[in-house]
Amino acid sequence: MTAPHAKSSAPVDDSTPAGSLRVEDLHKSFGELEVLKGVSLSANRGDVIAIIGGSGSGKSTLLRCINFLETPSSGRIIIGGEEVEMKADGSPANRRQLERIRTKLAMVFQSFNLWTHRTLLENVIEVPVHVLKVPKDKAIERARQLLERVGLANREDTYPAFMSGGQQQRAAIARALAVDPSVMLFDEPTSALDPELVGEVLNVMRDLAAEGRTMLVVTHEMNFAREVATHVVYLYEGRIEEQGPPAEVFGNPKSERLRQFLKTIN
Amino acid sequence: METLLQLFGLTESAQLLSLSEPGWGANLLRGLANSLQIALGAFGFGLVIGLFGACGKLYGGPVTRDLLAIYTTVVRAVPELVLILILFFVGTDLINKASEALGGGPVEISGVAAGIWVLGIVQGAYSTEILRGAIQAVPPGQIEAARSFGMSPTLIMRRVTIPAMMSFAVPGLANLWLIATKDTALLAVVGFSELTLETRQAASSTRAYFTFFLAAGFLYLMVTLLSGVVFKYVENWARKGQPKLRGAG
Repeated sequence: MTAPHAKSSAPVDDSTPAGSLRVEDLHKSFGELEVLKGVSLSANRGDVIAIIGGSGSGKSTLLRCINFLETPSSGRIIIGGEEVEMKADGSPANRRQLERIRTKLAMVFQSFNLWTHRTLLENVIEVPVHVLKVPKDKAIERARQLLERVGLANREDTYPAFMSGGQQQRAAIARALAVDPSVMLFDEPTSALDPELVGEVLNVMRDLAAEGRTMLVVTHEMNFAREVATHVVYLYEGRIEEQGPPAEVFGNPKSERLRQFLKTIN
Repeated sequence: METLLQLFGLTESAQLLSLSEPGWGANLLRGLANSLQIALGAFGFGLVIGLFGACGKLYGGPVTRDLLAIYTTVVRAVPELVLILILFFVGTDLINKASEALGGGPVEISGVAAGIWVLGIVQGAYSTEILRGAIQAVPPGQIEAARSFGMSPTLIMRRVTIPAMMSFAVPGLANLWLIATKDTALLAVVGFSELTLETRQAASSTRAYFTFFLAAGFLYLMVTLLSGVVFKYVENWARKGQPKLRGAG
């Protein structure tokens, strides 16, 4: 028993270049609890999609299903025109394919998740050297550029535990950039930070958006969503309640729930 | 030196412990070398069992998990002396039967190999639990990050899980190593000439029990102290990247 769409990994749509992402009718249940009830969204190269919603709305789960950190229950996920092969129960059918696709999807986590036994530089070169097989000297050169870019040029030999949250998150962004991802996933990247450290991380992210990276950002930073996102998605209880350009969503919300949500958050 | 020995009435002891005949010092040192060889081998063998055992317990299917639960429970429940007797005699018996079935005669089993095998199985059960706990103590986010970047399960084990769990495992493993050095003494009951048996032979031949057992005790103590130094370095290395608790800003 395989779902009809589960068979081929051939390009689904020729008009989807690298850097695009499509999610179709994604469902996810934890036991009895259905967290995602059919979410579809698509991003073209250079889009910045902000996913907003209250706690328990399924926004983090949506992001984590895209790179299969959570196994979806059903649906389709198409990255750069290549569909992730899924079994009928939603679990990945081809581990090699999934691992290859994951290297194009870099994730930045709420709690940074840097490898604490490695220095910053080692964190940044880890995936390029050991997964992508980039020669070590090339990887180091690139890592130094990235660390400089996120403002950590002189900290390459520091271990993560000796840095502030903001610095760790910027390092985590450098680690994500090191794989030259076609889509970047941000899972509440500033929620674990002290208020005065939020700005430095958002500035780095603004910079990335400006250079045309495809980004999916789960966030509570409404100002960031308003200014940077090309598209805002409001999730409510596992469904997309409302979506559109930020000016529309924030300026003229149609749904009563979104209006309430925006009121409570401001 | 000699006057000093005379002063304390230790001339006779010094002669007994002398490295050259008729002293027994060389025998004791040979016993110590055997003990250390077995302890090292058993500790290493136990670590290998422990790593696979821990992974099996954490990631294996229900059958693997049950079998490993039986292994760790039984081995840790039965007194080590009893286990050593059982494993030693069962092991040698099985090998002899196998050799007989293949048309060979009785096999002379090397004491060192038997000792490593027997103690390794005992050590493996404890290692399994130490490493399982250490792996579980690795923050799940670090493994998740590795998965999200497309690392394969074996690469994650090698590059993330094992290095990250080391700091949690080293204190327990240091204990286990010290236990291994002293468990070698139990092999005396199966006639293996490790330090304790050599000591007993020397003592009963010369009637100088106190001298020889004190000397053996001193050797065991030296092993412990040296191990402490080595493990301090290993622990510092394993804890790299973690702030020190004392004197932290």
